[in-house]
Amino acid sequence: MEMLDLRLDGNAIGGLLLERFGSDLTALEMICGACGAHGELARLDVYLGAGIVGRCRHCEAVMIRIVEGRGRAWIDLSGTASLELR
Amino acid sequence: MAETAVVRRLTWLAASVAGAVQETPRVRTLDLQVGGWAGHRAGQHLDVRLTAEDGYQAERSYSIASAPGDGVQLTIERLDDGEVSPYLVDEARDGDQFEVRGPIGGFFVWDGDEPEPVLLVAGGSGVVPLLAMARHRARIGSPTPMRLVYSSRTWEDVIYRDELEALGLDVVYTLTRAQPPGWTGYSRRIDRELLAEVAWPASESPRVYVCGSTRFVDAAADGLLGLGYEADWIRTERFGATGS
Repeated sequence: MEMLDLRLDGNAIGGLLLERFGSDLTALEMICGACGAHGELARLDVYLGAGIVGRCRHCEAVMIRIVEGRGRAWIDLSGTASLELR
Repeated sequence: MAETAVVRRLTWLAASVAGAVQETPRVRTLDLQVGGWAGHRAGQHLDVRLTAEDGYQAERSYSIASAPGDGVQLTIERLDDGEVSPYLVDEARDGDQFEVRGPIGGFFVWDGDEPEPVLLVAGGSGVVPLLAMARHRARIGSPTPMRLVYSSRTWEDVIYRDELEALGLDVVYTLTRAQPPGWTGYSRRIDRELLAEVAWPASESPRVYVCGSTRFVDAAADGLLGLGYEADWIRTERFGATGS
């Protein structure tokens, strides 16, 4: 099923985020709210389904959730301690 | 407020097919004409969106095979249960139109401005973004050492065979399913022992790009970490279930 049925990584949501934010976020540094590990968004374990879940590659805590519908997107970052913008 | 932030919404662009090359029985390269294309970096991908007559839409991501400044080429492997790749590999004809979004990615990119040697590790069609990096290196005349370790099922599945010989990088093949008579290359899956024989020494702080199926990428990255590579040197892109 091409890119739909597996554990992927943050590269796979680059297009969605680029469309919503207007710049590339795959190189964005994120710090996990659960374990404090940091790394680029592209290094998240990403699961694509009815919604999108991105987990910390170190502790598997959910760091980002995205739901899209009716032309809108809801992005839950409650599992992320901080984002480093450049 | 002195300024108002204006977020440029990246929109879908109209693309049309301007040429095609059959690379292997399952893999085809498409030349695209994309109006408003902003240019790309080696390693980036784009999203393709197909819209059916009834309005149903399907989107998939594909790596860009062409070097920066050399048009937009995609190399696509047909996945038999896919919604998009069978069309792109078997049906798309010159002049056909669909939508693309991109270029995408600021992580899995190599711009050619770092001196460290580069190790490319490809599983199956994961070679596509790595080819863009090898083409970019040749195009800019970079002296940076570059080595590709490329795992395919069979010799017939190797994409870009002739071009890889001509690009001036080291290529190490492993054929995991069947080997031609007299084959002297590797014939097993990429693991730590194989990488220990072919990867740059960790003392050179190599820059690493690994692309393939999730299982392939994880095995290669684990093998490199076992050789003393630092996680920060290793950039990976997973594309799902298939590959070798």
